[in-house]
Amino acid sequence: MEKKVYRELGLTDAEFERIVKTLDREPTPTETAMFSVEWSEHCGYPRSRKYLRLFPQKGKYESLVGEDAGGIVYDGKAIIFKAESHNHPSQVEPRQGAATGVGGIIRDIFTTGARPIALLDSLRFGPLDNPLNKFIFSGVIDGIQFYGNCVGVPTVGGEIYFDEAYAGNCLVNVMCVGVCERDEIARARAQGPGNSIIYAGSKTGRDGIGGCSVLASSEFAAGECEKRPTVQVGDPFTEKCLIEATLEALKTGLVVGIKDMGAAGLTCSSAEMAAAGGVGVDVDLDKVPLRETGMEPWEIMMSESQERQLLCVQRGKEQAILDIFHKWGLEAEVVGFVTEKKQVVIRSGDKIVANLPADELAKAPIYEMAFEKPKTEKPKVKKPANNSRHLLKLLADPNIASKKWVYEQYDHMVQLNTTVYPGGDATVLRLKDKDWGIAVTTDCNARYCQLDPYIGAQIAVSEAMRNLVVTGADPAAVTDCLNFANPEKPDRFYMFKSCVEGIADACKFYNLPVVSGNVSLYNESPRGPILPTPMIGMVGIVKHINQRCSAPFKEKGDLIILLGETKTWTGMPDIDLKVEAKVQKACLEAIQLGLVKSAHDLSEGGLAVALAECCILGKIGASLNLNEPVDNNSLLFGEGQSRILITISPDNIFPLSDIAMLNDVPFQILGKVGGALLSIFKKQKKLLELPVKKMSDTYYHAIPNLLTPAETGEKR
Amino acid sequence: MKFGVIVFPGSNCDQDCYHVAKNVLKQPTKYVWHQETDLSGLDCVILPGGFSYGDYLRTGAIARFSPVMEAVKKFADSGKYVIGICNGFQVLTEAGLLPGALHRNRDLHFICRHIELKVANNKTAFTSACKTGQTLNIPIAHGEGNYTCDAATLKELKKNKQIVFTYAGENPNGSLQSIAGICNKRGNVLGMMPHPERASEAALGSVDGMMIWRSLLKR
Repeated sequence: MEKKVYRELGLTDAEFERIVKTLDREPTPTETAMFSVEWSEHCGYPRSRKYLRLFPQKGKYESLVGEDAGGIVYDGKAIIFKAESHNHPSQVEPRQGAATGVGGIIRDIFTTGARPIALLDSLRFGPLDNPLNKFIFSGVIDGIQFYGNCVGVPTVGGEIYFDEAYAGNCLVNVMCVGVCERDEIARARAQGPGNSIIYAGSKTGRDGIGGCSVLASSEFAAGECEKRPTVQVGDPFTEKCLIEATLEALKTGLVVGIKDMGAAGLTCSSAEMAAAGGVGVDVDLDKVPLRETGMEPWEIMMSESQERQLLCVQRGKEQAILDIFHKWGLEAEVVGFVTEKKQVVIRSGDKIVANLPADELAKAPIYEMAFEKPKTEKPKVKKPANNSRHLLKLLADPNIASKKWVYEQYDHMVQLNTTVYPGGDATVLRLKDKDWGIAVTTDCNARYCQLDPYIGAQIAVSEAMRNLVVTGADPAAVTDCLNFANPEKPDRFYMFKSCVEGIADACKFYNLPVVSGNVSLYNESPRGPILPTPMIGMVGIVKHINQRCSAPFKEKGDLIILLGETKTWTGMPDIDLKVEAKVQKACLEAIQLGLVKSAHDLSEGGLAVALAECCILGKIGASLNLNEPVDNNSLLFGEGQSRILITISPDNIFPLSDIAMLNDVPFQILGKVGGALLSIFKKQKKLLELPVKKMSDTYYHAIPNLLTPAETGEKR
Repeated sequence: MKFGVIVFPGSNCDQDCYHVAKNVLKQPTKYVWHQETDLSGLDCVILPGGFSYGDYLRTGAIARFSPVMEAVKKFADSGKYVIGICNGFQVLTEAGLLPGALHRNRDLHFICRHIELKVANNKTAFTSACKTGQTLNIPIAHGEGNYTCDAATLKELKKNKQIVFTYAGENPNGSLQSIAGICNKRGNVLGMMPHPERASEAALGSVDGMMIWRSLLKR
């Protein structure tokens, strides 16, 4: 075979040699294509797998690990979740790229038998000061609302950051959470020779061919638009029908295994189901429903057409399953059967176009990657001349400003579970048949990771936990999307390695399992690498749904209390995991005892921004008198970790101080809720004063103001 | 009161409406698949929100041809209650059970938020527990809720007091005269953009939607 052919598919010379050696012959074109997708970074993780093994798989709750999506078990329910990236497709075609990112992760969840109940999106863009970044930003938001709203899964949270480093390579990470009974979980495997392989969902077309091997597993060069045909096109209506049909089919008990046809389509699903079940499969491509004529076998195997599933069904029971999919107006065909010999056999016409050992396909090589610590500049701290003006500037910064313009375009209420709405720290969902619920969040401060990848990653884990704790949830388990630049460059790979180590060590310390995840490398363009962005998705358990808590200040006269200690701000926070755990424990205990009326995490912009947000969300002012022994800038705007702002009724000060002292957590009464101003004094000297109305207008209008009427569609 | 919740392919509030009717209102409730034609035994049919048939072509434009819609027309003609919520409202206008049409929102965006809904007429089966002028906190979630009709129809709606709900305060979607919900002349078919089923339990932030259900259950 010509070098050009396999190289264009993303295989290296060494990989091709290994394939020839394994097969003891040259692979067919279809086989070459199959190896290229299975061994790509996107599917096989050859460059990252070694480090992913560091993640703990067990934690404080029973965990479910090892399938496409993992989860935890609580009170008989399986809570399944996973995050996945769709970065390169979204950069190339923002609307469809983002939409199919949503569709793909939803399928990963419901193929486990869990009904998807929540979506979160962690997004990164270039600054909103140029038309291309605006186009990508609005396109991605539009894609998410288009797909998520139609498919009937609420989009309840996430985060959005803007930084020059993402201007040539945006990040679109989508997390989905689903719930089912523990004993209803489906497996992603084929078993029982003679059982049937059924294809269900949409027809297969030429869209998305090479999406994972070509688009996702190399960095952007100039002329990236030529890659547009490798982006798939999404149909949320079909996905909605597929959710209902699949869950109905799984309820019959006739389905032995099921797998989403996502990245690498039919290749991935057939080979991985066979490998997982320790069997082989024999698939006839002539039976695959096709959207167009004249498709080559390798195109059918590589197509990433959306909204498709592969099922393994008990022999003789096929019709019952086909009927369910047909009822929902979907394609469904028996395309093959399970074999004893562990080979993946693909037929087309009267020819065998691929005949490969299933294990080999699923066993991507593991590479030792070189790494080298890059030089990083120390951050400089600039002290603001005027604190009030500085706070307004921060509230108008798109990284801090309200994302209401975005989340109000998402249906965040459908399914009737959302009890703490987006806009605060984490979102809380009830479960209708239980008195407990779950809280969900995503988090990552990539700038910290750039300054210190190990500590930055630990902060991402800690802050995600803090987001959950302030809603009254016990952090339970982690998923991740590890977004990094080209791993073949040692300074980039160092960032990946250090972040993974940071996450792994933090999760071990906090006793949190990493139940699922995704790696997205090669996120770099001619404009340079992205910031290292190990997005952490986290789920927590709210043990009694009535003990949930939210960020807005609630009532005049409530005491404002800071849990944790404020330190001198140097531009990069440090973190002591032990201190963090204590602060979180104290906060959670106080919430669970019903002492806390509001709770909010301190993060970007420090105490001043946290106070402003609690005022804005609660539509009420506050007056504070601070006396901590640090400079004013550190006090107001320092981003020191392990701090939480809470309010309590004055009657509860004694039980609260008991909890703080028993947990060895420093706490201070800062002031009281009330009035129409946020006023902050230090030893009777006024540091800052702003009307809540003014802060609110700034906070809510910042992002729409950056977009022209044509881009927002709004009349202003 | 026996409720039936119609399920079109692409409906996504069917399970929510079913939950409220069955578990909150504690009424006998069943799903009705879009290909069924028998609505006997039911007292109220709900056309739920969602994206029936993907809302491709135009919202509600394909759903109106579903076999069940003929049955819904007969059901309405017999004087029984029909409620179309969000996409259900769109289907009812497409099917000719209610006048007018729902355009894209003025700002061309999907909007999901709690709004204040004003009861414009409490002399209907759906609002008898409310006072006229009372405001209800109920969420909206739609991309095409911009109600419109011609001048003659508007005059007719006003004359017959068919405007049941309007948006209090800011008009979120540009709808004509802030119309949020209307009924037919006979008063037994209601179409509304806001989602009362999302405001029927304290845990979800508002119970004002219960006023509509309570009115209906008085019948």
